Amino acid sequence: MIVVSNREIAENIFEMTLQGKIVQEITAPGQFLHIKPSSQPMPLLRRPISICNSNKQNNELTIIYRTEGEGTTLLSQRKENDSVDVLGPLGNGFSLEETKQEETALIVGGGVGVPPLYSLALALVERGVKVTTVLGFADAASVFYENRFKEAGDVYVSTIDGSAGNKGLVTDVIDRESLQFNRLYACGPTPMLKALEENYPNVQGSLSLEERMGCGIGACFACVCHTQNDPDGTEYRKVCSDGPVFPWREVVL
Amino acid sequence: MTRLQTNLPGLSMKNPIMPASGCFGFGEEFAKLYDLNQLGAIALKATTNHPRFGNATPRVAETPAGMLNAIGLQNPGLEKVISEKLSWLETYDTPLLANIAGTTMEDYEEVAANLSETNQVGALELNISCPNVKEGGIAFGTDPELAAELTRRVKAVSTCPVYVKLSPNVTDITLLARAVERAGADGLSMINTLSGMKIEIHSGKPLLANESGGLSGPAIKPIAIRMIYEVRKQTELPIIGMGGISTLDDVIEFMIAGADAVAVGTANFTNPFICPELIDELEDWVKVKGLENIQELRQKGVNSF
Repeated sequence: MIVVSNREIAENIFEMTLQGKIVQEITAPGQFLHIKPSSQPMPLLRRPISICNSNKQNNELTIIYRTEGEGTTLLSQRKENDSVDVLGPLGNGFSLEETKQEETALIVGGGVGVPPLYSLALALVERGVKVTTVLGFADAASVFYENRFKEAGDVYVSTIDGSAGNKGLVTDVIDRESLQFNRLYACGPTPMLKALEENYPNVQGSLSLEERMGCGIGACFACVCHTQNDPDGTEYRKVCSDGPVFPWREVVL
Repeated sequence: MTRLQTNLPGLSMKNPIMPASGCFGFGEEFAKLYDLNQLGAIALKATTNHPRFGNATPRVAETPAGMLNAIGLQNPGLEKVISEKLSWLETYDTPLLANIAGTTMEDYEEVAANLSETNQVGALELNISCPNVKEGGIAFGTDPELAAELTRRVKAVSTCPVYVKLSPNVTDITLLARAVERAGADGLSMINTLSGMKIEIHSGKPLLANESGGLSGPAIKPIAIRMIYEVRKQTELPIIGMGGISTLDDVIEFMIAGADAVAVGTANFTNPFICPELIDELEDWVKVKGLENIQELRQKGVNSF
């Protein structure tokens, strides 16, 4: 795909817009791309990065990633008109059918888990669903897309150090604001997902997982996780090809 | 017969290129991307007698020019491999090299006997060198006497040829090669991954949940070349070469070193179309060089040493 733009939108957080026919194959919010970070042989492996938003009219999509290591740092140096080796769209995204018009969906994102939830929020609004969003970050410098999510409904931001929004965790915000919802959609660090599952054991909806991947297509078995209610411990799901989006309580967090 | 035709015991291959075991699952995922009939053969993911979940995650880590993995031989077990995977693969006319693993000799015998009876498997590949299974796997691969004994026992119950996949985690790989040859091996696969480790400096902890894993990718290619070269000087057994192959030059280098065919592993993850691409490139190269058949490459290479 061709880089349309690549810019830093928060501390170490980059938003890259890419153009290519792959956009036409996107079937659901929450799918991801497997990106070769450099045109050189190294770094060796591709990086899984979720699709934040897409526009089928102009063949463009947006990804948001955090520069953490060599691969994402190289990606952040890509300039307009560079070509990027992309495999995708991969994985299964959020299923919207279960959420009915007039229902309220609570969307909870943590850090670099926020991006795939943006296209989900827009798609839910399009279905006539009322959307409330809670976004959690480490500090004020890390906050991104707060205003973009406001296009979809009410937005609450929390930071661990209290330098922006509410001080504390996303679950603190949900409690403090007594947020009511029919469906819960989340993506973020595993402890955050675990806390949500414990606080709302009967919730309906889905969550998106992150895992280190080898192939991204289900062949290498690197990103396998256990399922809940599996006494033998032999059942499994692959995050790349069965997920990354799963119904609440399907997999062990 | 095309110039790339390669006939190895049990494997009548349209070309000498196959995906390596463990890097291709049972082919289903790659079948969505291209026609598996293009491949010379398919080395299937290791099969054990009972289903295995494998190790905890993280199971992969990136290192300079290589990848560490500690999957732990996750597979659905013998019964499901036969009923689901092999029956699905029946529609392809590509020969299958079934990689078999276990923790005891009896495990290997059971899997070998059952898979070779299916008539769908062209040959077996004895996985005696997985560094990620604590219960015995690696011991078979580092002790020439144990490796030979296992080879003898598997040969006795198998109706198809048996290749032994050698571990590079030994002082002298030729001792293992000769031991399994004397025990009746029909061919060798070499090399498996090298035992390695990555520690995250911030946490001070190993990145892989299993702590250590098997190193693969371009980083291990010179080691594979050296080992195949050394073994080739001591045996005429067919060798399927592998270890960091990702370009046409790599394929040629392996064959000059003494490999009769090659398997592509980690590169399938970087570029899922790598196998058909290499097959096309090799075909063009052989034509340009005027070789009548691909075997000439090895003979010329070996003679020129």
